[in-house]
Amino acid sequence: MDNILNDEKPRVILGEYKVTQNLPSEPTVLDEKWDLKTFKKRFRVVIVRSEENELEFDLIGIHPFLANTFRRLMLSDVPTMAIEKVHILNNTSIIQDEVLAHRLGLIPLKADPRLFEMKTDPTAEGTEQDTLEFALKIKCTNNKDSSKDSLRAEDMYKNNNVYSKHIKWVPIGKQKERFSDVGPIHPDILIAKMRPGHELDLKLLAVKSNGRDHAKFSPVATAFYRLLPDIKLLREVEGEAAERLQKCFSPGVISIRHEKGRKYAVVANARYDTGSRNVFRYEDLKDAVAMTKIQDHFIFTVESVGALPPDVIFMEAVKILKDKCLALLDELSHV
Amino acid sequence: MSEPSTKDSGATKTPMVYICGECHNENEIRPRDPIRCRECGYRIMYKKRTKRLAVFDAR
Repeated sequence: MDNILNDEKPRVILGEYKVTQNLPSEPTVLDEKWDLKTFKKRFRVVIVRSEENELEFDLIGIHPFLANTFRRLMLSDVPTMAIEKVHILNNTSIIQDEVLAHRLGLIPLKADPRLFEMKTDPTAEGTEQDTLEFALKIKCTNNKDSSKDSLRAEDMYKNNNVYSKHIKWVPIGKQKERFSDVGPIHPDILIAKMRPGHELDLKLLAVKSNGRDHAKFSPVATAFYRLLPDIKLLREVEGEAAERLQKCFSPGVISIRHEKGRKYAVVANARYDTGSRNVFRYEDLKDAVAMTKIQDHFIFTVESVGALPPDVIFMEAVKILKDKCLALLDELSHV
Repeated sequence: MSEPSTKDSGATKTPMVYICGECHNENEIRPRDPIRCRECGYRIMYKKRTKRLAVFDAR
């Protein structure tokens, strides 16, 4: 078993009841001293999947502390815009003022946070550079056009549902020329339900901040990493046992190959295995597999809320780390 | 202390608007008027919400 696993990669071996480390003879990122040259030589970035709001990429040959730093920076240090103050001029709906304000704060906003400044003094009046203003003015009325006997609320009333699309942007100063597309990212977020006579008249002020301040400012829905799983078959598994083996792993991990009326299991793609140790439930299969994870191969999945594309979020995190390091060096030089 | 009392006397002349608890009709009611909805005769009235600005943190 050890012969197959002893290559240049640092691994953890998932045993039935324990996890053991299997390090190669040469130093790896886990035990060597930090050295820029060797890091540069080994480090690789591979983009696996890139969609509008989701990005999957591999950081290979990176130290765990750095991978975790980037994850944490994306979650709580990359800033976005979110509604922070709600001026309630009128609210006769059944939803309470403070609950309404909280709901509005959680609505993701479409506005590039890189074009704004952080508001330094929270009590100061907002300026063109640090604040976005929105208005939400809506009144529910009886729908006189529907003469039908319908008892559906959407037929009987007008504006009985308040959605995020009803929020209107009010540009301050030159904002109208500077920004083109500002507003809620999703038009169909339900904010409140109303009945005739209920009315909302609100002024909303959005500012820039980061996830450390409040989760509503976090640019990502999820940002996580996991180690690359690697599964090896140590002996041939055939027939009924091969099908049983396939069911022990996530779909697509083990495939069954047919050859001369004989079928046997092969590892197709271990990447998306969950790492569950179902194989160890079978006495006859537990010696046939080696489940490992590559310890310097991080699979990042970043899902953006929508204000910034996921690749930009990662780049911003890298920039923030650089700025933090420069700030530290600057502090140290003044000691 | 004298100011609120003069205000009170001014307010007695102007009618207040109340909302019927049954039919939600807006009723103008003066002091000593019967507390009764002009539309449906219901006797429970509610005050309207304040026009004063309320500011909340969206947290």
